[in-house]
Amino acid sequence: MSDVLLQSLITGITIGSAYALVGLGFAIIFNVSDVVNFAQGEFVMVGAMSAVSLLAVGTPFVLALFLALIVVVCIGLILEKFAIEPAKSATVVSTIIITIGASIFLRGLALLIWGKDFHSLPAFSGETPIHLGSATITPQSLWVMGITAILVYLVHLFFNRTITGKALLACSANPIAASLIGIPVKRMMLFAYGLSALLGGAAGVLIAPIAFTSYDAGMMLGLKGFAAAILGGLGNPMGAVAGGVLLGVLESLGAGLISSGYKDAIAFVILLLVLFFKPQGFFGRAGEERV
Amino acid sequence: MKRSLKALVAGFALLCSVNVAQAADIKIGTFLAVTGPASFLGDPELKTLQMYVDKINSEGGVIGKKLKLIHYDTGANPKKAVNFAKRLIKKDRVDVIVGASTSGTTMAVIPIVQKAKIPFISMAGSVKIIEPVKKWVFKTPHTDKMAARKIFLDMNKRGIKKVGLISGSGGFGKSGRSQVLALASEYGLTITADESYGKKDTDMTAQLSKIRATNPDAILNFGFGSGPAIVTKNVRQLGIKLPIYQSHGVASKKYIKLAGSAAEGVRLPAASLLVASKLPGSHPQKKVIQAYKSSFEAKHGPVSTFGGHAYDALYLAVEAIKRAGTVNKAKVRDEIEKTKNFLGAGGIFNMSKRDHLGLGLDAFKMLEIKNGDWSIVE
Repeated sequence: MSDVLLQSLITGITIGSAYALVGLGFAIIFNVSDVVNFAQGEFVMVGAMSAVSLLAVGTPFVLALFLALIVVVCIGLILEKFAIEPAKSATVVSTIIITIGASIFLRGLALLIWGKDFHSLPAFSGETPIHLGSATITPQSLWVMGITAILVYLVHLFFNRTITGKALLACSANPIAASLIGIPVKRMMLFAYGLSALLGGAAGVLIAPIAFTSYDAGMMLGLKGFAAAILGGLGNPMGAVAGGVLLGVLESLGAGLISSGYKDAIAFVILLLVLFFKPQGFFGRAGEERV
Repeated sequence: MKRSLKALVAGFALLCSVNVAQAADIKIGTFLAVTGPASFLGDPELKTLQMYVDKINSEGGVIGKKLKLIHYDTGANPKKAVNFAKRLIKKDRVDVIVGASTSGTTMAVIPIVQKAKIPFISMAGSVKIIEPVKKWVFKTPHTDKMAARKIFLDMNKRGIKKVGLISGSGGFGKSGRSQVLALASEYGLTITADESYGKKDTDMTAQLSKIRATNPDAILNFGFGSGPAIVTKNVRQLGIKLPIYQSHGVASKKYIKLAGSAAEGVRLPAASLLVASKLPGSHPQKKVIQAYKSSFEAKHGPVSTFGGHAYDALYLAVEAIKRAGTVNKAKVRDEIEKTKNFLGAGGIFNMSKRDHLGLGLDAFKMLEIKNGDWSIVE
């Protein structure tokens, strides 16, 4: 039984890391604009798909990954510039609907460009599993966990130690006051979307060797990332990360210890319970009201 | 005013004449999962139907009439399938339905076609579609029951006694699972574990380590789409060296491509179409299979067995209409049921009142994946 437990934990943390990156993207945009960006999952898909295509035309592996991330960031920026910004006087709900539209559009576009097949990326460094007692861990899992940890730490540093990061937080607290003290709010929004897209794209290329990718792969990852962000408390970036890892581990433990048929149900029941008893999420600030 | 009235009359006349021309066609309705998780079924199926409808029309059609294909995309969603089936029957007034890529969509529309009394040939796997026999429902693919029997026979030969089962939670996986559980004891096999995974799950190592803890002799996976490829990779990642059996649901090169080197040594039952070039010249199906394969590949790239099911479904319907000499639904249905020695892509069909599929176990070949390609065991 203990090896099932250990294996479930390893799997859970790996998948949870991807959820965490997606959830982090949700949290950043929510922080700046109170908008839940439902195209976040599509960033993940576009990242993985671009990398697959770039590899197919013979781009060297590392370069392909970086170019794929650049493609995703560009899409994030375009989304903000041409869909979100023109609607800046719209209500939050309207903006959320715009992001849903963008997500459907991106999915459709991906269907046209890449077709309906599943695609796979090669693992970053071989597929020979490493044994930990009776459980095993693939090198790719280590990559996923490692790079996620680094990215999360960098985002943390960014928000707490840099002027740009603090300016971004200021925009979320009060956009009018922020613009009065000379923060370019528009550019900050653009920046937030670029950063979220980058994190989503990174999740995409990291997870593709394990989970494959297809034009509609973003839907599921987007939903799970959203659940992660809710679990951790929307608007708290580190909460979203913790929520993501927690969700991944819960799912995996549910599958390994209780029943694989109820895996998703277990994760979502826990999400519901959290929303009932702690609606602000595990790490959200209670009763926060922006005036 | 007068002129507009004239135009209206002319327009109405034109409309009528178009209607008349359409009524003369034989309308074949189809609804397939061309997008969504089962697109790898629906896509080659639709391409096959379109290709052969065009071919039949260019050769003069059937009983002096042209075929007209009316298609809707279900995305493997049973609710949509129900709506489209109703539309095909009530609005498009089709003569026969060949369609439904998945067992879920097929089962959902069965009550409708039974009520409307229209011949329906499904391209989905589950044995539940034809057992118990439904008057108006036929199917062309091999059943999961046959696949389970074929796999168990091979397990008996290899001396495997205990099987760890993992299946997809979709219609195909569920139905396969129940067949495996029902038939295992007949072949002296014990099922040590019975796990499942969701359609879009990305990792099955938790379920597989649970299976490993039950000490089986082999792992059997029933499912289609990306799931079986992930299962295959995960098994090898966990360092499990047991033989892996897959169902006919993964019988396409895409599975080998996705699972990569982990697929080596995996065994599965599949239609002869997959190994067309490796069949002996004396094989009765060889000619049909080669012809289908070369015309599909000339136009659309590598062939999969799923398109073959569409070929069989279309020609079963066309042959029945030819023999009936009419599109009268009851007569066409009777003729489909009387199909004897029809050489299809999936095997040799011999239907009867009690068998609305008409394939024997010999329609399956046991294959093993070697060096990234199929090879025939036996």
